[in-house]
Amino acid sequence: MKAQSALPDERLPELLEQMWLIRYFDEKIDEMFAKGLIHGTTHLYVGQEAVAVGACADLTDDDYITSTHRGHGHCIAKGADVNKMMAEILGKETGYCKGKGGSMHIADVSTGNLGANGIVGGGIPIATGAALTLHMQKRDNVVLCFFGDGAANEGSFHESLNLAAIWKLPVVFICENNQYGMSGSVKDMFAIADIAERGAAYGIPGTVVDGNDLFDVYASVKEAIARAKAGEGPTLIECKTYRWKGHSKSDAKKYRTREEEKEWRAKDPIRRLETHLKESGQMEEGDLRRIESAAQQKIEDAVKFAEESERPNPEEIEQDVYA
Amino acid sequence: MRTITYREAVREAIREEMNRDPNVYMMGEDIGVYGGAFGVSRGLLEEFGPERIRDTPISEAAIVGAAAGSAVTGMRPIAELQFSDFITIGMDQLVNQAAKMRYMFGGKAKVPMVVRTPSGGGTGAAAQHSQSLEAWVAHVPGLKVVQPSTAYDVKGLLKAAVRDDNPVVFYEHKLLYNTKGRVPEEDYVIPLGKADVKREGRDVTVVATAMMVHKALKAAETLEKEGISVEVVDPRTLVPLDKETIVQSVIKTGRCVVVHEAVKRGGYGGEIVSTIVESEAFDYLDAPIQRVAGREVPMPFSTHLEQYVIPSEDNIVAAIRDVMV
Repeated sequence: MKAQSALPDERLPELLEQMWLIRYFDEKIDEMFAKGLIHGTTHLYVGQEAVAVGACADLTDDDYITSTHRGHGHCIAKGADVNKMMAEILGKETGYCKGKGGSMHIADVSTGNLGANGIVGGGIPIATGAALTLHMQKRDNVVLCFFGDGAANEGSFHESLNLAAIWKLPVVFICENNQYGMSGSVKDMFAIADIAERGAAYGIPGTVVDGNDLFDVYASVKEAIARAKAGEGPTLIECKTYRWKGHSKSDAKKYRTREEEKEWRAKDPIRRLETHLKESGQMEEGDLRRIESAAQQKIEDAVKFAEESERPNPEEIEQDVYA
Repeated sequence: MRTITYREAVREAIREEMNRDPNVYMMGEDIGVYGGAFGVSRGLLEEFGPERIRDTPISEAAIVGAAAGSAVTGMRPIAELQFSDFITIGMDQLVNQAAKMRYMFGGKAKVPMVVRTPSGGGTGAAAQHSQSLEAWVAHVPGLKVVQPSTAYDVKGLLKAAVRDDNPVVFYEHKLLYNTKGRVPEEDYVIPLGKADVKREGRDVTVVATAMMVHKALKAAETLEKEGISVEVVDPRTLVPLDKETIVQSVIKTGRCVVVHEAVKRGGYGGEIVSTIVESEAFDYLDAPIQRVAGREVPMPFSTHLEQYVIPSEDNIVAAIRDVMV
């Protein structure tokens, strides 16, 4: 890790809290689903927290992200209000999309979140277009384009990386390789070891990162952002990580073993950060637990806010189809 | 007023809108030095440079998606798809992304983009370069759909499309590019959702789109000699549709023939017929409404076969005679 890319210590408590917020947000969704309190479907980010938080750590509201099927983590890392997120998932009018978007479409364009996406690979051309805006309007900002390993086999990935590369657009393509596209293991769906190798096909750098290591993600994305802002074009970063839960709520996870899950849970990105904080003497157990419970409380408050919110008015059903 | 071609009218609209608003730009395959597959953007590269006349790789999904992404973040792209058949390759970005962003995001986004694309048959280009797929996109809430038939209309409607805050699919008919018409040099905008009565008549209303407007006008001339007075209504935009003008015309004439080049089954003509049947015009109908539309086959190559698939002036004349009985 290059020194200038190192994550400053004073940022760590805030980023740790974000990781806990993501963890508790999605654990709560999981629990509420089990109780039948949420309808539809959802895709949980538990286990991948270091990617979203590390990548988004330096972004401002003027930078953009596009997200994936598994979007809650990116949303929180981009600074979304968990109350409005929870309200959206409960289909309430106080939600980010007034109950019209749901889990897969939470977006807030005014703060640079161009949305989760119900189409695998659907956000990649959009991120490229947002980067084109930044380039044409000469804005000193960047787009982070999150997508999963599954999306790397979609045509939109190839078309977009090529377009962004030839136009040297300020976008960082962040592939979150969580080992499975639904039930399809990366071992079966790719004939290459690292998706990052595909950068070479478009003449852009491809980097493999430990996606469970906040510091590693941060450093790599920071360098890619600097490169993008300098007009040198996109970078492909592959973050190796693991989704602890199934693909969605209907997933019995027959395609993987308990041993494998156990192995990855041992690489918990949050515990890893906590261990670092303790071993480097920056924090004691008590401080860590206070951060964890503050996050947990915010999620409980979000549930209360969402539950107490009004349902959307069906008379507004035709609103916002057109501008 | 001077007379220019439909092609020149499209180019003028693009040029004027790019001069008016620095956020308007154009991208597409071979639009730069080549000037576009149908020569629409010829000369624009010299005028505006490669930043604003952006040649893209052959990548329709990326073109449509990048247009959506740049529109939602503050630009106003005009994306050219070389043939409207290729919209299929960019369909996810158009249908699942651009069309729905505003609604899915609770109204907190605008997607001001135009996808311009040549459609229709009659050029001998066979099944993958001759289709009229406008009903596909008209079916999707969130998209607007335009089908101009004259040089005057195409300039005014394209300006409206560029200034619209929604994704607009703008169909230009290949056979119309060389047709000429009177077009003002000054700025004018034709609002989307306003039909045009291309010819007034008393006995029967023909609702026709794009190339079929011209065939319907010829059919009307033919029938005038027999004492049948035909009114020709051109909706110009399918979404939004000017229901009022169509309904009022049918109330006046009591008879209606709907004509489009697209395949009949599932075509937009069915929507126009339903609009009439569901309205007060139903009580004024003196005969069942007839549809004249493309045959339900992929476009064949042979000119001899192609002319059997695309509705002809004779087909329109025959349908009008049918409803006059």
